Formats: sequence, C-alpha cells, structure tokens
Amino acid sequence: MSGVGSGYDLSVTTFSPEGRVFQVEYAGKATDNGVPCVGVCCKDGAILAVEKPEETKMMLPQSNRRIFTVSRHCGMAVPGKLPDGRQIVSRAHQEAEQYKRFYGETIPTKVLCDRLANFCHVFSLYWSLRPLGSAALTASFDDQGPHIYLSETNGVSYRYYGIAVGKGRQGIKTELERLKLGEMTTREALKVVCKCLMRQRDESSNKKYEIELAWISEETGREFQRVPEDLAKQTVEDAKKEIEQEDSDSDMEA
Amino acid sequence: MDKLEGADGGPHTGTTIVAVSFDGGVVLGADSRVSTGTYVSNRASNKITGLCDNVFLCRSGSAAHTEAISDYVRFYASQHACEIEGREPTVKSVASILTQMSYNNKGLMAAMIVAGYDKKKGGQVFGSPIGGTLVEMPWAIEGSGSTYIWSFFDDEYRPGMTREETEKLVLNGIAHAMARDGSSGGIVRLVTVDKDGEKRQVFQGKEIPMILGDMAEPAASPTVVW
Repeated sequence: MSGVGSGYDLSVTTFSPEGRVFQVEYAGKATDNGVPCVGVCCKDGAILAVEKPEETKMMLPQSNRRIFTVSRHCGMAVPGKLPDGRQIVSRAHQEAEQYKRFYGETIPTKVLCDRLANFCHVFSLYWSLRPLGSAALTASFDDQGPHIYLSETNGVSYRYYGIAVGKGRQGIKTELERLKLGEMTTREALKVVCKCLMRQRDESSNKKYEIELAWISEETGREFQRVPEDLAKQTVEDAKKEIEQEDSDSDMEA
Repeated sequence: MDKLEGADGGPHTGTTIVAVSFDGGVVLGADSRVSTGTYVSNRASNKITGLCDNVFLCRSGSAAHTEAISDYVRFYASQHACEIEGREPTVKSVASILTQMSYNNKGLMAAMIVAGYDKKKGGQVFGSPIGGTLVEMPWAIEGSGSTYIWSFFDDEYRPGMTREETEKLVLNGIAHAMARDGSSGGIVRLVTVDKDGEKRQVFQGKEIPMILGDMAEPAASPTVVW
C-alpha cells in the first residue's frame, strides 16, 4: 500500500502527477473493505440488504443498525464507517425535509442522490476536513418507479439495476448480473438477494453474522420499511438451506 | 382591501384577476387598469406573467411587490427546472415557491393566483392571497373587482367544462367586474395553458361583452368607448 502514492497522499488537497487524489481513493477503501451491502431494483420495488458480522456476543442483536429511513418514500444502507455514514443519512433527512417545505412535493430521488454526492464531495475540497469513509446506497420509490442509487464519497452518484459494495462485492455483482431482477417481484427477489450475499462469505469462517433487510414496493404502499422480522428470519434460513443444498449437490457431482 | 392606493400611494393593480381550470388545462384572465389614486397610469397593462413554460401568475395588489415576487419566483423556478432535469416543474412546486416568498415577507401587498398545466395532475389553480396561504381550488378570483363576481362564479362554474366554455366564463366574469369596479377596466387579457403550451388572447372594445344589467339597450348603434 505505501509506496503507491508516496508523497502525494498526505493531504486531500494534493493531486498526484497522474491527476489522482489519493486521500479520496483511500476513503473509498473504507467502503470497499467494509460490510457487504446490496441494493437491487425489482419489477415492483427495491431491496436493500446488509450482512453484518457479530462483533461481540454481549451486544443485543439488531442494535447496530445499518439501514436507515430517510423519508417515507426513501431509505439508505450505510457501508464503510458507520459514523461517517450517519452524517450522510442526517444530511439526507434535512434535504428531503427542506425540499418538501420549499417545493411542496417529495424530493425526487435523483435530486436527493445528486445532492448527497455533492455533499460527500465537499469534504474533499478542504485541507481541514477528511473525506467520509462511507457511501449512500439509496432505495426509493417515487413517481418514476423504484430506484437504487449509489452516491460515493468521491462525489459521483449513479443509478443501478443492482449494485454491491463492501467485501466480496465483485462476486456479488457477478451473481446479480446473471439474474433477471426486473422480472421478479420484491418478495421473490428477497431470498435470491440473500443467497447472493451469503455465498460470498468465507465458508471456513464460523463467525456469526446477521443480515439486515429492508424494502420498498407496491406491496408496502410505496413506503420504505424493514422486512418484517419473521419473514426476514425465514428468508435467511431458506437461503442458507438452499446454499447448503446446492453446495452438497455440486460436491456430489464432483 | 386592495382597492385603492397603498400606504405609499404607489401604483396599484386594483384589479380583477381570474383563473379557472378545465379538463386538460387552465384559463387565466385579467383586466388591464393600473391606477395611482384616481389617475389611470396604465390602461393596457399585462397582469398575467409567465413563471415558467407551463405555469403563469395573475397579479393583484401592489404592482411593485408583485413584479418583484414574480422575478424571484421565475429565478428559483428556472433553477429548479435545471435540478430536476428532463422534467417540467409541477404547478404545485412553483406555487409553493411563491407562497414561501409571500409568507416570509409579511409586509408585502400581493394577492396572486398561480395556474398552469403539468403532466402529473393536469390543469391546476392555486390561490395565494395576502399573508402567504396556498390553496388549490378549481377556480380562483382576486383583486378589488373580484368582490362583485363571487356569486357570478358560484353560479356559473361547473366542473367538466370545455376549453371554449371556460374561456367564455372567464371573459364574462371579468366583464361583469369591470362594469362595476372603478379600479378595473381597459382590455381583457386571457391566457389558456394546456399540454401544447400557452395561448394568449386580447379582448377590447366591442369584443368585451356589454353588461347592461338594469340599463336599456342603446337606441342607435353607438360608438362605445370603454
């Protein structure tokens, strides 16, 4: 790692001779090495899923939230550094609220995500600030349909059919590309998304983990909600079983 | 209320302004008299201003205040149009910007009507009286002349009118107000907004219905000067 940006990576206000800002790239690594998060757009809605390792046995389950509601029609998952991500969520709350107050309408998702990307970008312009080590993986449903956006710490914001960030994202993305998510409902896609997420786990690791799921669809009345607890539990168990089944099948074939 | 000169005696659009929605658009109408006290400083003013391509504003109250407000709203609306790129601003969002301005500056004397057409909800009329409320209604009237035509519109307005019927209704309403209100007069301007954009019309002299009321028909065909 050290050696690549030698000398040009000491401050966020320094460019390298190739035109890179290393501090911003390093900030991106915080997301890349963080918890895996997935967002997918389906026929009738969008899903967010985060796989969190159990940090300590003494912590109450479900208390380390990574998915937050921004407004009724919109929510986001926070990869990377959670405290940095909470700043983004807080800003998103304000943007949505002020837009509603000024224009009398709910904020269009594109506007919100562009503003969040600009917000993240501002931190890369001043020597006295550091970039945020997180990103905003946003799921929403407005009058243009369901959306998944990723607003990154370097200031870009793109819309996706499906996207994964964090550890194992390349594998998850490959799996997502194979799926026909646009033809599935959110209910059908829930288990499929869990499987994608769980397949990327290091199989030898015995560490406990928890999957946090949230969705927004026609079924939820276009309101961003956590997937009900029993349904979430059932989905994760079913996904686990199916993975074990498929693994043992492929073992037998081999 | 907004009948004659304001505290500073400046030009006043003591006025009749009307906006009525129909299925597929809106019709905005206004008289054209601007008075400073008893002197008519402009007898052919345009009280209907565009805020963006699909949303228009009828102004009454202080001419200076309403012109300043409409300039600000046009500025914010055009920035908004850039931010929501690819879509036209909704009538509601432009009306909200306007009422923010009215509400946060209580010293302003501006009673306005915002009306326009967007693909989301079709033709809409928003009343924005003094103080800064925002209320969506099927039809709205403001200005000193409006006091004389409330019952006219209560009676004559029906939901589901065609474009031509609505234009006729607005023209008649303003003619009635101009017949009784000294601060309203001149020509009648109409703007019809629908999915194809705006269409402006001007009615003057004989084109404005003559409201006889209890007067007898003129004996010979007169040259009437309005």
